[in-house]
Amino acid sequence: MSTTISRITAVVTAAGLGLVTLSACGSSDSGSDGGAGSKTVTLVSHDSFVYSKAVLKAFEKQSGYKVKVLKDGDAGQAVNKAILTKDNPQGDVFFGVDNTLLSRALDNGLFQSYEAKGSQAIKSEYRVDQDKHRVTPIDSGDICVNYDKAYFSEHKLTPPASLDDLIKPAYKNLLVTENASTSSPGLGFLLGTAAKYGDDGWQGYWKKLKANGVKVVDGWEQAYNDEFSGSAGGKKAKADRPLVVSYASSPPAEVIYGDPKPKTAPTGVSAGTCFRQVEYAGLLSNAKNAKGGKALIDFLVTKQFQEDMPLNMFVYPVVEGAQVPAEFTKYGPAAKDPETMAPAKIAANRDQWVKSWTSLVLK
Amino acid sequence: MDLARTEVAPRKGRTGNAARLGLMAVPVAFFGIFFAYPVAAIVARGLKVDGVWQWGRIGDVLGQSDIRHVLWFTTWQALVSTVLTLLIALPGAYVFARFDFRGKQILRAVVTVPFVLPTVVVGTAFLAIVGRRGLLDQLWGVRLDTTVWAILIAHVFFNYAVVVRTVGGLWAQLDPRQEEAARMLGASPMKAWRKVTLPALGPAVAAAALMVFLFTFTSFGVVQILGGPTFSTLEVEIYRQTSEIFDLSTAAVLTIIQFAAVGAILAVHAWTVRRRETALRLVAPEVTARRPRGAGQWALLAGVLASIAVLLVMPLAVLVQRSLDAPGFAYYKALTHDDGGIFLVAPIEAIGNSLRYALAATVIAVLIGGLAAAALTRRAGRLVRGFDALLMLPLGVSAVTVGFGFLIALDEPPLDLRSTWLLVPLAQALVGVPFVVRTMLPVLRAVDGRLREAAAVLGASPWRVWREVDLPMVRRALLVAAGFAFAVSLGEFGATVFIARPDNPTLPVAVARLLGRAGDLNYGQAMALSTILMVVCAVALLLLERVRTSPTGEF
Repeated sequence: MSTTISRITAVVTAAGLGLVTLSACGSSDSGSDGGAGSKTVTLVSHDSFVYSKAVLKAFEKQSGYKVKVLKDGDAGQAVNKAILTKDNPQGDVFFGVDNTLLSRALDNGLFQSYEAKGSQAIKSEYRVDQDKHRVTPIDSGDICVNYDKAYFSEHKLTPPASLDDLIKPAYKNLLVTENASTSSPGLGFLLGTAAKYGDDGWQGYWKKLKANGVKVVDGWEQAYNDEFSGSAGGKKAKADRPLVVSYASSPPAEVIYGDPKPKTAPTGVSAGTCFRQVEYAGLLSNAKNAKGGKALIDFLVTKQFQEDMPLNMFVYPVVEGAQVPAEFTKYGPAAKDPETMAPAKIAANRDQWVKSWTSLVLK
Repeated sequence: MDLARTEVAPRKGRTGNAARLGLMAVPVAFFGIFFAYPVAAIVARGLKVDGVWQWGRIGDVLGQSDIRHVLWFTTWQALVSTVLTLLIALPGAYVFARFDFRGKQILRAVVTVPFVLPTVVVGTAFLAIVGRRGLLDQLWGVRLDTTVWAILIAHVFFNYAVVVRTVGGLWAQLDPRQEEAARMLGASPMKAWRKVTLPALGPAVAAAALMVFLFTFTSFGVVQILGGPTFSTLEVEIYRQTSEIFDLSTAAVLTIIQFAAVGAILAVHAWTVRRRETALRLVAPEVTARRPRGAGQWALLAGVLASIAVLLVMPLAVLVQRSLDAPGFAYYKALTHDDGGIFLVAPIEAIGNSLRYALAATVIAVLIGGLAAAALTRRAGRLVRGFDALLMLPLGVSAVTVGFGFLIALDEPPLDLRSTWLLVPLAQALVGVPFVVRTMLPVLRAVDGRLREAAAVLGASPWRVWREVDLPMVRRALLVAAGFAFAVSLGEFGATVFIARPDNPTLPVAVARLLGRAGDLNYGQAMALSTILMVVCAVALLLLERVRTSPTGEF
């Protein structure tokens, strides 16, 4: 017995020593944590959050805060994780909850009230939650079907103009869209059809869409860059779907990122297929650096940041007077009369719709 | 060896029990705090409304046809995967057990590499073969991703080693003279095999099959990457319900269902393992293996080697080839830039993170697992057997549940671990412990008490007895256990993906996120990172082959 014990003691001691040594060297890299040191303000967002470093530097210089950005998965995941960790949040400000998920964040008490300085400049059509000011609108974009111009001219086919067109036999097996339960454009497209065809009609529409060969992939990246024949990535990958659910700002992006830059956009937008998406930021409940968080939210609605966004994230500013880049209007005019839906209606139906959609389209 | 144990038992019965309880205290506390509590917390979050458990939800959830479909698919694909794995790997087990051929040692390590590979890498490797622009797509325009075939083949790839090691290890030690004796007594070769070898092998085959079933029943990374949006195992569905649909109550019900299923599988497994421990006449494996003779045996060997080449080696080779598919190691070079946009650090830093986390996880797993194995060494009562099964549970409980549980349960004093880096190694250690226990236990049980007594009689001091008798055996087992725990921690994905901070991704997390984004460079970087991960795992494993003691390991 004594031998067993000494053997075990030796193992335990060795292991314990190792652990101590490891924690000693490991603790150095957890020092980057914002903590109570109010000089750092942490912004939690999704993977698609892109900004100009210079603009953030300018904020740091003006305010004296150092900004730390945590990109925490795709939009939906980032929101869900923020909700689960709201008692002890990972940061101070969350940016990137959109109108399709807003109610989930608000109902779960993710944010505390704060009315941003300069929020008067935000266009009224984007404002929600006016009595409590838990969120501040930051950008908007339209989710629309994009088409590959080359494909349609080659096949002497008119690109679809509306949701109704998409179920016509001429467009069979041409559309790729995203999983409504995992992707925000996918969900936006579903909500657009629900807005257009109503609570009773959208399922019938999707049945027809499925019969017409719609393909569903998990995320926007796969749909747009791997499956859509009109994008630069898709051409390289010999993709074979000339219709994709993407954004109204995707055609200008094709030009701006084109190498070499094409004269006109290789893709177009089916104007009658759009759904409007608005993204919000909010001060997290239990933020450790609330003061810094407030300053950061103020900054997000300044002209400086608002005008920096469009060419980084391909979204539209929401503040009056903020310039939209010339490329946006030149290569892809904004959608006409996009479908919209009140956040309350989305809140009441979203989960059920996604569930029915999953059974209907994926299973 | 049992003799020695029963001999000392009466004298030390009571103190022995106290010592065992003492040994068990630390692992029990560890599992209580870092497994039971977080899992209970996330389940409660989903199923408790205003302090009242909503057990009725179980019926509601089971009543949904798409959930029943998930259950059906989970079971069905696990069964088919298990059968396929047995069909393909059993001839391999035989060849490794009975034939002696050049390069056998290395090949044995090679077939084990897939098992320690992270599922993300396995998924990536198969994507490179059966996916868009994959090998088959380029050669014949065939794509199997988002079909069930890709999942099944990847499962065979992944679990081949489980069968070869569990069954082959025992097979190599079965005395062939018993079968020969039966034949001399007039039995036909078939009958001799059926009456002598098969019964001896049966429990090992059953144990291997159950392990494969367990691993494929709870498959996550492979299904997630290869299955597309249509296929979903319970584990994947728990992930989707929690992280995407945010239906915590459905996720909680599914967690409970998986928990029950895994508990049942483990109970059956424990039973078969006990049956395997019944007395068999074992001999040294070197004695039983010989060079193949005759056309039939050579053909069998060739067939097994060919299947290994196609099924196991090719996916890994394609992975490496894809990672080099740009001039001048461009994909590897890209790993050092931090302007990729996904992470705030260069992807290459994930390597350092992974190694650091895995090292810490290994230390924890060896510590906890070592104590647990020591507690389990002596003859087991019912309580201890329950403890044994408890240690295995983390292998089968949704890693996603554990990850989310960590997030919501370990975030306030005295257990405020959320912002410390230790959170990740702790979660990874949970999956490492079962491997440590399974590796250490047979060796600890096999230390022959008579050896110690003999040494003492010859005048050795207790310290010297420990150093000369126990240490050499235990040290090697410890190294093997540590190596397994290290490889498993390195590849852990399901839990890590939730709790690794976005600025500190591990290798598998980085691979998955790179794969989720389209574009050549991201794909290439995913391949390059996977290759690096594969090489690290393979090196760890090859080192293990050199110190491995008992060929009858359960993994």
